[in-house]
Amino acid sequence: MASPRGELPAWVDIAVIPLLNLTLALLVAGLVVIVIGESPLEALGILLNGAVGSLKGWGYLLYYATNFTFTGLAVAVAFHAGLFNIGGEGQIYIAGLGAGVVGLGLSILPWPLVLPLAILACMAFGAGWAFIPAYLQAKRGSHIVITTIMFNYIAASLMVYVIINVFRPVGRMAVESREITSAVMPSFREIGLWLGIKLPNTPLNATVFLAVIAAWGLWYLLWRTRLGYEIRTVGANVDAAIYAGIRPSRIIIIAMLISGGLAGLMAVNEILGVQHRLVLEFAGGAGFVGIAVALMGRSHPVGVVLAAMLFGLLYQGGTELSFAKPAITREMIVVIQGLVILFMGALEQAFRPWLAPLFVRQEA
Amino acid sequence: MTPAIELIGIDKRFGSVHANKNVTLSIGKGSIHGIVGENGAGKSTLMSILFGFYTADKGDIRVAGRAARVKSSADAIAHGIGMVHQHFMLVEPFTVLENVVLGAENGVLIGPALTKARSELERLARDYELDVDPDAIVGSLPVGLQQRVEILKALFRGAEVLILDEPTGVLTPNEADHLFRILGQLKDQGKTVILITHKLREIMAATDHVSVMRRGELLATKRTADTTIEELAELMVGRRVLLRVKKGPAKPGKVVLNVENLIVKDRQDVARVNNISFNVREGEIVGIAGVSGNGQSELLEAIAGIQKPASGRIMLEGHDLAASDPAEARRLGIAHVPENRQHRGLVTSFDASESAILGWHNDPELGRGFRLDRVPVIARCKQGMAEFDVRPADPLLLSAKFSGGNQQKIILAREIGRDPKLLIVGQPTRGVDIGAVEFIHRRLIELRDQGKAIVLVSVELDEIRSLSDRILVMFDGAIMGERDVLTDERELGCLMAGVIREAA
Repeated sequence: MASPRGELPAWVDIAVIPLLNLTLALLVAGLVVIVIGESPLEALGILLNGAVGSLKGWGYLLYYATNFTFTGLAVAVAFHAGLFNIGGEGQIYIAGLGAGVVGLGLSILPWPLVLPLAILACMAFGAGWAFIPAYLQAKRGSHIVITTIMFNYIAASLMVYVIINVFRPVGRMAVESREITSAVMPSFREIGLWLGIKLPNTPLNATVFLAVIAAWGLWYLLWRTRLGYEIRTVGANVDAAIYAGIRPSRIIIIAMLISGGLAGLMAVNEILGVQHRLVLEFAGGAGFVGIAVALMGRSHPVGVVLAAMLFGLLYQGGTELSFAKPAITREMIVVIQGLVILFMGALEQAFRPWLAPLFVRQEA
Repeated sequence: MTPAIELIGIDKRFGSVHANKNVTLSIGKGSIHGIVGENGAGKSTLMSILFGFYTADKGDIRVAGRAARVKSSADAIAHGIGMVHQHFMLVEPFTVLENVVLGAENGVLIGPALTKARSELERLARDYELDVDPDAIVGSLPVGLQQRVEILKALFRGAEVLILDEPTGVLTPNEADHLFRILGQLKDQGKTVILITHKLREIMAATDHVSVMRRGELLATKRTADTTIEELAELMVGRRVLLRVKKGPAKPGKVVLNVENLIVKDRQDVARVNNISFNVREGEIVGIAGVSGNGQSELLEAIAGIQKPASGRIMLEGHDLAASDPAEARRLGIAHVPENRQHRGLVTSFDASESAILGWHNDPELGRGFRLDRVPVIARCKQGMAEFDVRPADPLLLSAKFSGGNQQKIILAREIGRDPKLLIVGQPTRGVDIGAVEFIHRRLIELRDQGKAIVLVSVELDEIRSLSDRILVMFDGAIMGERDVLTDERELGCLMAGVIREAA
């Protein structure tokens, strides 16, 4: 009978609406560029060329996308359980501690042993940091949005203290640990050398494969396992979950542990893959970008990977653009990214009413 | 006399669903006009078009003889059309007065509107028996009074035509009677009432004219006095239906469920179920009658393991369920068809196959170990759909897209399919069309005859009387008494109202 208003064919939802929103975001961004006095078409050309016009550009794009995939998946799995995990940033940061502890503390172990241990430590530390807000939400009803935000600040202060007082080598001025030498993710350049291919020097490393596995794994978990069913049931309808004998408090904690673990994997990319030492502020806001990525990707792993690549493109292309056009500063790039988030996330459904008559009539 | 409302050639499609097919209907001023039809017949769509929620693809609306463009509910209100929805649109923490004024404040300051509304409410209360304390908090009022607030809202906005969508679904028989008296007075004052309902008895009792809809078409409009329940029912479903369930005598066996001195308290520490004891045997249906909100829901949820009892025992074949959770209750052999299927019974955003395993998703045959395999999940859903004649029989369709009756069949298939020892059922046919009601009733009787124990909670006295072997009446958390099925409606009604009248 009365189907929800504006029912659209699936392909419109999946392809047309995101493309339309992206186009509108770029149009508005173009207006901003005109106001500054630059040519928007030229700017777009530099942006695209900088991101996908060379192997080097692609390397950076995929490196950023790896970070955003982990954080996007972390937010997505929490969404499926009806939770809003804003604490990705802190969970990543603390996960770096895991990388540091294992990477530096167990550096006598051989590489094949210490690397998996370090990866597991990243996940465990990220999950551990997510556990406390999860427990408070599940057992005490403290709102997880508030607690995870607060835990970001606690993590930031804690890490400054730990890096300065524990990890910094004596006599060193720079606020960073000594180099992690054993638990290191091979970079694409190194992999290329083994295979006899010359690749440009980019931060892209083997962690990108981990991101693909994580995306597939999350899809499998959510849609092919009993636990995933329980997580989605709790997120969709808590009362139905209770009726079905699912304990929401247990699912809240499990989903947040998975979420924190996924966020923690970003430390693998940054610490074990690129920096090779524990540094300040290495999360760099990726935890928050993950929220936009998950929204845009509709909390589906495939969508998250695609959205992460789009953000990778904007990050890398934006950096190139601000190099090439000093008038377009870093801040302008942030504005453009903000517009993309605005149109694809917040205004995602805004144009449905106009599209609905176009497509619904055809079908009838 | 010009009709109050004319709908001319209304046509509406939702994608491939043709919800209204060229519907033409004229509603006389100062009459009560009933519209009946199964779920999905297009009644609600038609009324939503009249009230401006949807725009018709084709067709015209005339109000008091003049063409009217109704593009939004604001247009409808401006044309003097008011609607009382099945699910009330009230702000619960607000007072009655504030709710009535809401959206009609006429200015920045609310004071003048409130003063005007207060005197207007007094007048309406006098004229139409619509007494409600204007300063009561709406959330604290019983459902019947909340409905009155909805009617007051519409009248306050100057409604000449009042649409009521399934108004008696939530009311006690007394409240329903009162509602019909109010409607009668509205009619006497020249207002026009459109009544959408499933309940043919109400149509017969309250309306002047009745229109029957089936699959989007308006089949007939008749004078109520010239028709019969049987004729309407036949028009609605297109074939003769059994209004009374055929069943043989019960053959009760051993006791399956034994509830002793059960007390269930709510968060405010008020006893919602107050010291209840009863037995249910194999092969019998024990009906629990009562006005909704008298502890039946809490009783069902305590048996299902959802609410923890404060004290007392719930024994299922010797196992104490008082400390169990819903998962354990299921393992021990309890199947539960919850009262509110949208709220608890299924997950509307899941496809049917996923809703069809809710609560049973840990069954070993649905996948090895931690896995949940699509193939057995879909196969089970298909089997249930075939057995219970769910339409459309599409396991991948979103649960929300099935009609109420078909959603209920999906739930019943899920719960009965696991061969339970005890089935507890809440409001099995609320909002379900006649064809499905008959089907669901027949299945419950079959289950009884297979020797299952069944607890049935329903606010429909007819349903309780036609299905149960024994009737318990609940009032204010306690059992007022046990009666057999031959007890007359009036006596049960008294018990439901808390009045004990022992037969002398």
